[in-house]
Amino acid sequence: MRYISNTSAQQKEMLGLIGASSIEDLLVRIPAKARLSRPLNLPRAMAETDLVRHLQRIAGLNAGADEYACFLGAGSYDHAIPSPINHLISRGEFFTAYTPYQPEASQGTLRSIFEYQTMMAELTGMDVANASIYDGASSLAEAALMAHAVTGRDSLLISRGVNPLYRQVVETYVEGPGLKLKSVPLGDGVTDVDALRKAVSKHSAAVVIQYPNFFGSLEDVRAIADIAHEAGALLVVVADPINLGLLTPPGASGADIVVGEGQGLGVPMSFGGPNLGVFAAKNELVRRMPGRLVGATVDRDGHRGFVLTLQTREQHIRRAKATSNICTNVALCALVATIYLAMLGRRGLVRVGELSTAKAHYAAERLAGVPGVSLRFGAPFFKEFALKLPKPPERVVARLARQGFLAGVPLKTFERSLGDCLLVAVTEKRTKAEIDAFAAALEKAVA
Amino acid sequence: MTDVYDKLIFELSSPGRVAWSLAEADVPEADARKLLPEQYVRKDAPALPEVSEFDIVRHYSRLSRMNYGLDTHFYPLGSCTMKYNPKLNEDMARLPGFARLHPLAAEPLAQGALQVMHELARDLAEIAGMDAVSLQPAAGAQGELAGVLMIRAYHLSRGEKRTKVLVPDSAHGTNPASTAIAGYEVVEVKSLPNGEVDVDALARTLDTDVAAFMITVPNTLGMFEPRIVEITEMCHAKGVQVYMDGANLNAILGITRPGDLGFDVCHFNLHKTFTTPHGGGGPGAGPVGVKAHLEPFLPVPVVTKDGDAYALDWKRPSSIGKLQAFWGNFGMLVRAYTYIRTMGPDGLRSVSDNAILNANYIMKRLEKVYDIAVPGPCMHECVLSARRQKKLGVTATDIAKRLLDLGFYAPSTYFPLIVEEALMIEPTETEAKETLDQFCDAMIQIAREAEANPAVIHDAPVTTPVRRLDQTKAAREPNLRWTRRA
Repeated sequence: MRYISNTSAQQKEMLGLIGASSIEDLLVRIPAKARLSRPLNLPRAMAETDLVRHLQRIAGLNAGADEYACFLGAGSYDHAIPSPINHLISRGEFFTAYTPYQPEASQGTLRSIFEYQTMMAELTGMDVANASIYDGASSLAEAALMAHAVTGRDSLLISRGVNPLYRQVVETYVEGPGLKLKSVPLGDGVTDVDALRKAVSKHSAAVVIQYPNFFGSLEDVRAIADIAHEAGALLVVVADPINLGLLTPPGASGADIVVGEGQGLGVPMSFGGPNLGVFAAKNELVRRMPGRLVGATVDRDGHRGFVLTLQTREQHIRRAKATSNICTNVALCALVATIYLAMLGRRGLVRVGELSTAKAHYAAERLAGVPGVSLRFGAPFFKEFALKLPKPPERVVARLARQGFLAGVPLKTFERSLGDCLLVAVTEKRTKAEIDAFAAALEKAVA
Repeated sequence: MTDVYDKLIFELSSPGRVAWSLAEADVPEADARKLLPEQYVRKDAPALPEVSEFDIVRHYSRLSRMNYGLDTHFYPLGSCTMKYNPKLNEDMARLPGFARLHPLAAEPLAQGALQVMHELARDLAEIAGMDAVSLQPAAGAQGELAGVLMIRAYHLSRGEKRTKVLVPDSAHGTNPASTAIAGYEVVEVKSLPNGEVDVDALARTLDTDVAAFMITVPNTLGMFEPRIVEITEMCHAKGVQVYMDGANLNAILGITRPGDLGFDVCHFNLHKTFTTPHGGGGPGAGPVGVKAHLEPFLPVPVVTKDGDAYALDWKRPSSIGKLQAFWGNFGMLVRAYTYIRTMGPDGLRSVSDNAILNANYIMKRLEKVYDIAVPGPCMHECVLSARRQKKLGVTATDIAKRLLDLGFYAPSTYFPLIVEEALMIEPTETEAKETLDQFCDAMIQIAREAEANPAVIHDAPVTTPVRRLDQTKAAREPNLRWTRRA
């Protein structure tokens, strides 16, 4: 049988050595009444050719970004993925290795994670980054718990500019510890700083903003950091590292913890997962950080080597008192991001940011030039922006899909007051021709 | 294996070297610095390496050779189910319709993805005897958190505020950690010396403050819990929910089902039983299954089917909420779906039969030279103790390191915590007798060396890219990022 290696002759030989007459003899501890008395009710095994045909047909029902011009964002982005990444991560020595608990036999993984930590710390402008969390949203949830642990305070102020899906995940995670979440309203596309100043108090463990925020607008991180710090709260910034080649890193503007979604760094969108949860912090917080950390050390002969370190924070050592319950992370996605960032390098990542900015601003101008369509907010934006449409966005999106455009994310389900808005993302991959065609199609759709 | 290569990617950097290829800007105003206010623009380009594509390919190829992977080495890691990761799964996950699908594509444009999720959830429910499955948790630990939060919501919905969760001392560390995050006091329950639940002690501990009992079946000593049905009934009689850690599901496919044993919740590790790769630590996927009374509390959204149309159902007022931004680690779900369709019901049953056979074979072959934690037959893994070797000055760690030199990854060591000098071995069904024999020969050789020539063990490993590493220095003087050497 496929993927099972022993032949029936070997099975007999092994049973003989064990002293059992059949596999049934090995199951004696399972009480009869606990046994399943019928085969599992699952579809029969499929031959490879049939299965491939079956899955190709199912995959073909989806609107893959190859056949459409993708202007969807809101936390997952269609950035270009350089070819070497898939080849390198597919090497079995990376792909099929376990968590590097035996460091001498895992230097490849450990060294790549050390590189990853270095790159993430550099991009976010923080001192130290961990080896990854599941995704941006769960990274933020971990940051919320960490801010509570560090400050001993019970309240979190979260800007409405933070991805609403992330805010939902934070709500789930703070249910147990009983932390209170208060949302800070938006002004013109960015966090209302006066409202924040009024809301912050000696009970605030952290202020949480996103930069650029969910609506693509650029927050004044420095001003918000000052407000948070005056009240003794931490500043947690959600940021997409692919944007930080061009944008001022949150660490340079006073962030204490930076989390974010690293999917754009070479990880396929793959219907939303797996993703790459980035987590970085200041040095003084390192012993409260969640997740694995790789550190450099030396071996018996004095040669440089790498190990998982500061493990007394983690669940397999500290159990109920661990800083987090995370065990499995997304190491392979971190490797993807590391290779991506090596490919783009010092100049290329800046270029991705420049191209995204230029194309997004061109798209904003063209789309907002369509009669009846306007930019919803006036704040400076980066590669994503909200458009106000004269017709229901859901219907516009459905119509444009038939013409080959994934036009954007209708905001109604995220923010009721923005029911007439569409969130549009423009990466470096989009072309002027696609944008022009999108504008022309939108004009017809809203006419 | 030995490859003297000590570089980090940063150390290959040479100013001006490029690997990237980006199209020229084709829009009129291409200067981002004119489009963004100055305060938002980074002053200096980030200190990323400047290397060529060939530098990168050679660097990461060489790094990969410093790893033991399943594709190159036997990986007898107990509790981790390191089985062969089929290449077909990889091809299917990379089909453009799956890999290039945006999570917020409108439902009519994502029917294929939703179909895979719906069918996989149904298959997992059948395998575990559960009524409903959420595919959203990103890993086992997040599945645990989801499960315990659902139990919490269930009790609260009945007006009961229970405060404690019972966890055996043999449990995986994630169990108490997840439970603590869910806001419960963790009460550790002592196991009997053979690793089984002390049913009498449990009976005394169960009261109306206890929300749940969380246990691993088979347990972490590789043994099936013989009184499990009695245990779940006892718990239910006190209104206590029973959670099964599904880490060891590989032992029971088609043999018995958590739901039929009386469990209310269980999670699945798709990266263990269902062959998705471990990737050096993740990503995994940790779906969670529940009985009908917990279904209202499942994470949102739930994939539903109405006629031939699939949808995401968000209107679930009792839901515990969301665990990650989107719907789950979809790429891993495609791989697990492919595996389940490849194996079919008979194939999955055969998986567990052979996993059990292989573990018992190793246990039998090694029982004379190592102490056995609990006499067999075992399920899919066996736990040895190196206490005899320790008297000779050779610890479980030493044995693990020596195995690396002999061409094998190491078993899990020092787990479960209740076994002295534990060596936990899980061969899985994908290994053949020939490999098991080579491994057992190596283990027997090490036991002999412990008596005759322990120096060779204490020196180990000597064939790996580095020798034993200074963990104390790493923790005392944390060096967590590269800086240019002065």
